[in-house]
Amino acid sequence: MQYYKGYEMVIGLEVHVELNTETKIFCSCPTTFGAAPNTHVCPVCMGLPGTLPVLNQKVVEYAVKAGLATNCEIARYSKEDRKNYFYPDLPKAYQISQYDLPLCEHGWLEIETENGAKKIGITRIHIEEDAGKLVHDDEHGTMIDCNRCGVPLIEIVSEPDIRSAEEAEGYMRKLRATILYTGVSDCKMNEGSMRCDVNLSVRKVGETTFGTRTEMKNLNSFRFVVKAIEYEYKRQVDALEKGEKIVQETRRFDPDTGKTYTMRTKEDANDYRYFPDPDLPPIILTDEQIEAFRAEIPELPDTRKAKYVKTYGLAAYDSEVITADRAMADWFEAVAAETAYPKIAANMLISDLMRLIESESFDCPISPQSMAKLCDLFGHEVINSSTAKKLLSRMWKDGIDPEETVKAENLAQINDDAVIEEAVRAAAEANPKSVADYKKGKTAAAKAIVGQVMKALGGRANPVKLSEITEKVLSEE
Amino acid sequence: MNELVKRSVSEHSAALQSGVYSAKELTKAYLDAIDETDGTIGAYISLYPEEALAAAAAVDEKRAKGESLSPLAGIPAGIKDNICTRGMRTTCASKMLENYVPPYDADVIERLKQSDYILLGKLNMDEFAMGSSCENSALKLTRNPADTSRVPGGSSGGSAAAVAAYEAAYTLGSDTGGSIRQPASFCGVVGMKPTYGSVSRYGLVAFASSLDQIGPLTRTVQDNALVLNAICGHDKRDATSLARQHADFTARIGQEVKGLRIGMPKEFFGDGISAEVKTAVENAAKLYEKMGAAIEEVSMPSIPHALSAYYIISSAEASSNLARFDGIRYGYRAKEFDGITDLYLKSRSEGFGAEVKRRIMLGTFALSSGYYDAYYKKAQQVRSLVTADFNRVFETCDVILSPVAPTPAYKLGEKSADPLEMYMGDAYSVPVNIAGVPALSLPCGKTEAGLPVGCQLIGKVFSEPLLYQVGAALESARKERM
Repeated sequence: MQYYKGYEMVIGLEVHVELNTETKIFCSCPTTFGAAPNTHVCPVCMGLPGTLPVLNQKVVEYAVKAGLATNCEIARYSKEDRKNYFYPDLPKAYQISQYDLPLCEHGWLEIETENGAKKIGITRIHIEEDAGKLVHDDEHGTMIDCNRCGVPLIEIVSEPDIRSAEEAEGYMRKLRATILYTGVSDCKMNEGSMRCDVNLSVRKVGETTFGTRTEMKNLNSFRFVVKAIEYEYKRQVDALEKGEKIVQETRRFDPDTGKTYTMRTKEDANDYRYFPDPDLPPIILTDEQIEAFRAEIPELPDTRKAKYVKTYGLAAYDSEVITADRAMADWFEAVAAETAYPKIAANMLISDLMRLIESESFDCPISPQSMAKLCDLFGHEVINSSTAKKLLSRMWKDGIDPEETVKAENLAQINDDAVIEEAVRAAAEANPKSVADYKKGKTAAAKAIVGQVMKALGGRANPVKLSEITEKVLSEE
Repeated sequence: MNELVKRSVSEHSAALQSGVYSAKELTKAYLDAIDETDGTIGAYISLYPEEALAAAAAVDEKRAKGESLSPLAGIPAGIKDNICTRGMRTTCASKMLENYVPPYDADVIERLKQSDYILLGKLNMDEFAMGSSCENSALKLTRNPADTSRVPGGSSGGSAAAVAAYEAAYTLGSDTGGSIRQPASFCGVVGMKPTYGSVSRYGLVAFASSLDQIGPLTRTVQDNALVLNAICGHDKRDATSLARQHADFTARIGQEVKGLRIGMPKEFFGDGISAEVKTAVENAAKLYEKMGAAIEEVSMPSIPHALSAYYIISSAEASSNLARFDGIRYGYRAKEFDGITDLYLKSRSEGFGAEVKRRIMLGTFALSSGYYDAYYKKAQQVRSLVTADFNRVFETCDVILSPVAPTPAYKLGEKSADPLEMYMGDAYSVPVNIAGVPALSLPCGKTEAGLPVGCQLIGKVFSEPLLYQVGAALESARKERM
């Protein structure tokens, strides 16, 4: 971490995650994304006079699972409260949320940083209902779509433990991975089912008290989170250096300019007048219920990560990347089970395959069996790395079988020293200038020869042998 | 007036079953009574004569086919206008909802429909059930049938007046701090505030969610129990509805009260009670003694604090419950406004009446940051004390006998200028809601001027059958004396 003008940043994140229950939190309307406006509504989620909320028990289950997966303590007694404020997308003019007795508290997640593993504390996780959406157009003005009203959310509040944009991204990725594993949300940032508020303050390195913080709302991609943090960090430092004071306020990040702008200051902040919702009895959970939920949580990213490091000898960072996506980790494990070279599989996955994947979630057309064959071919030195890369891209595009293709197209690596040496000598003869350069001490000239040989042998030469033999031949004369 | 309308629900039920008269004839009789009387009384905000007659004809047809019908089948009723009726406007007697038509029926309406009831119309009330005289209605003035210069009580003033003036066989009201029992007392009818959670609140436009409860108003105790039988029951759409099979509320009616212990807490007979009310309730106590019940004076020290706690809790909940009336999706919207904040301000300022605004402000203040602990939290602590006091008394007493209100019905306009004096009138009724226990209000005497006076029988939770038993005993003892 490079400190800007001797200041460090202190960050806490509030992450909202939509739970993928089939029905809404207080009524039986569907939660599916993308329906025509106001078609997934009923008197209850529209907040019509006389209607009452009834808590969907799946929401409690899902939130508890998210809490357990993030090492939280689960409350045996919690309650729901009303957060009162006026806004046209909020039909009851209050949001049912949790105030002083949230469902989950005191959790943590571990992330990889440049200085090794670091724990980020989770203050609390509470359940609440989502609001609707305002749609503006020139013909009709502002319209309200209430489909999202009452979609269940959890809000995950971190401790102010984060010290850089990279840590913030690492925490977000870890949180997303963990929740994806539990299956309680699809965490699609582009559909708004995972969004992030960043609380950021700065202080001189070494200070222990916190500075005045600002809040940036509704950041809906990892990139925006990073950009907003980088900009806001410098803005605050520059302001302090100019002798200005940081105003406690909510700021909006504009992705087009990459800057943050004042939305509202503390003075015009709402007094939400939280109080226990009299329509809803307290949420009581027994140890048996909590243990039953725990039993349903699959193996989590950290457990898998540790396993990869120990069993497959992967680096911690690589394991973190692979386990970030449950589907990717599942795929990797299927490959690892079939190949003698899981580390090769991990490397190809991270450096080559991940570049081919464009969607937010892992979606790979290559079967683990086919991938395992490729890893074995490379591991057993049947093919070299450039052939492996070429085959991988054809497996992705055309679904070829690597073994058959290597046979059919005679792609096997040339390991025969005599064949390679003969080709090297031929190339040296044809390129006296490179040979001369090499002798003058320009060792880079060997690369030209290597390139010539590779070309002559159809890219199939064993690259290690090729460079050894080239050096030997060039040093001879 | 057709004398038919003066008969009780039970009498109607028997007569309809044996074909003495038809549901259509009966409905016509009540509609005629409304035509004749409601110009003076003003109980109804909306009337549905054609729908009522059509529904009655349908019931007669069912009966002709020999279908087995509910005891309430074909009997005409009126409903307080804060209970949602699908396709029929539900105004809460407010300009805010003057033209609001709900797209769904309240749970109690669904149940009454299953009982083949006949809906005559929707009844006047204090705006959003906030008030004790019905004078806070923004749409209508209701007069007390016993003396038309006087208020019918409130907030279910229309519900009580309609029953007293024979404009319905029975009605439903809602009771947050006495809104069924006090108008019942003022108009001389029977009103029940059931145990909190026993009648679904689904479809009752919320005033104070932790206190609101729907209940029946009738001319006899037996009728009241019959109606409660039809509307009581678990509803999974109301998370505060109790999952419990209820008893037949008429079961104990007719059983003697000999040996029962009746407590009279002295805090209900303190300063501010009118001598005539006190005498009427004491006379009821004497009748019970004659019937062999034991009357005991008891003490409930928390009672004097209940009224303040009630006004904090009910106003706090109301300030949140009524926030949805913002002029955006339905209800009143100001004609002219400049931006969203102005739309909210003007719609709410123009759409709500003075008392509603007073309570919203009171409740908003009580919940504000920095005041919450001193008001709302303290009020909840008082609530626990009141509940504990009731529990303690019920260890030694079967029921509590008290006045419903400190005075009989007062003149129209007499207290409307002084909200605090009006609030004081609720001192004896609100502790019941605070504790969530049931209470029956029934006539126990008359003042010299002929105004009805009611008394209140309070029992522990789920003791409604006992309250009806004890109430019916007083009802028949008084009848015998007359």
